[in-house]
Amino acid sequence: MTFETMLSTMASGMLKTGLIFVLTLLGSLPLGMVVALLRKSRFAVVRGIISVYISIIRGTPLMLQLLVWYFGPFYLFGWNIGSWRFPAIIVAFVVNYAAYFAEIYRGGIESIPQGQYEAAQVLGYTKFQTFMKIILPQVVKIIMPSVTNEVITLVKDTSMAFTLAYAEVFSLAKQISASQSSFMPFLIAGVFYFVANYVVEFVMKRVEKSMDYYK
Amino acid sequence: MILEMNNIQKQFDELEVLEDISFGVDSGEVVSIIGPSGSGKSTLLRCATFLETIDGGEIIYMGEKAAWTDENGEAVYVGPQEMKKFRGYCGLVFQQFNLFPHYSILKNITDAPIQVQGVSRDEAESNAMDLLRKMGIEDKADSYPYQLSGGQQQRVAIARALAMKPEILFFDEPTSALDPELTGEVLKVIKQLADEKMTMVVVTHEMPFAKAVSDRVIFMDGGVIVEQGDPKDVFDNPQEERTKQFLSVFER
Repeated sequence: MTFETMLSTMASGMLKTGLIFVLTLLGSLPLGMVVALLRKSRFAVVRGIISVYISIIRGTPLMLQLLVWYFGPFYLFGWNIGSWRFPAIIVAFVVNYAAYFAEIYRGGIESIPQGQYEAAQVLGYTKFQTFMKIILPQVVKIIMPSVTNEVITLVKDTSMAFTLAYAEVFSLAKQISASQSSFMPFLIAGVFYFVANYVVEFVMKRVEKSMDYYK
Repeated sequence: MILEMNNIQKQFDELEVLEDISFGVDSGEVVSIIGPSGSGKSTLLRCATFLETIDGGEIIYMGEKAAWTDENGEAVYVGPQEMKKFRGYCGLVFQQFNLFPHYSILKNITDAPIQVQGVSRDEAESNAMDLLRKMGIEDKADSYPYQLSGGQQQRVAIARALAMKPEILFFDEPTSALDPELTGEVLKVIKQLADEKMTMVVVTHEMPFAKAVSDRVIFMDGGVIVEQGDPKDVFDNPQEERTKQFLSVFER
């Protein structure tokens, strides 16, 4: 197999990796905010459920969570999981990353001084306006470095989809390497992850810079 | 009467912070509240501006009840819709300024009138520029709070409160977070507002200022009003032992 053939075979895996990455962010970034807010709910039951959820997610390997999401429906309910592979991967990633993002958001929200809420309240802002206009923009600036970290980790974590034999870059690299007795696929995969994260860093730095106008 | 607070009670857990406080503020009146820390001054302001809820008593703005004690002895407030109106009557300037760091100075002042009161952007901005001129910092309109000194930030906070056109403006130790050389510029602005007959209640440790600017001084200690009256009487000829004790600390 030539280098070009390897590259073009692996290109389809790169698309799949990209798909996991994008769908996970689209799902977990907003879901994380919902989780963070529910964690501050006035109902103790809700707070309890959320804190158990976060501690299970953080306390078990993502690889195990992937297996549970994929095989769980079959073992628990005897469902046919033939076409469930890709959805299971996305669900596992979104549920996992939402927990981590929720903790980042929570830290950010808690670091906003009480005086900001009080000033907004005295000026007559509604609770919703206060959160959206006063609190959230400041939270976003504070948490940006931690979010960048998490996004970079996600780029690399997509390789865990390999556990469910989903043909993303890492799975393909391993397959081709074995069948061709070549080290090259791993190099290609490594360069791919590195470049992807280089782009992530570049974009996030620009975003952080755009919020540099205040302290 | 702009504001009447009758028999106000407030507890934090077991601690009784306000015990049966009653006082009123007339239109155009400037009232200073003095007293040692922990005497309940700030809590009283926070109750008056609805940042804290009272446990008993009544709060009346412009002759309308905002809160009262029901037959079960529990404090009740008007519903959220009506509460908006009452919040609009009062403004509060904080010790720590609490400007919004991500908004320019101009936006700090215009955003609430636009978002909360539905004032047009043009009107809000021209009003804000008038206020900034009055505060002597019209050149700071496009700056951000972190670029301003504490004294300038506090003047912005005053402008922000005034932009809502409150009936009464409360100050919670407005100069306590400032370097001594910056307190003067903030006190000057408050003095100017007093001359314009703005109704104000000022919690302060600046005794000469309280004496010079206020129409009435209230001395609080231990959650009660110990003494109140004309500033000359309270400062120069206090009747109560606690007042004498407290004021003597400042004479040295």
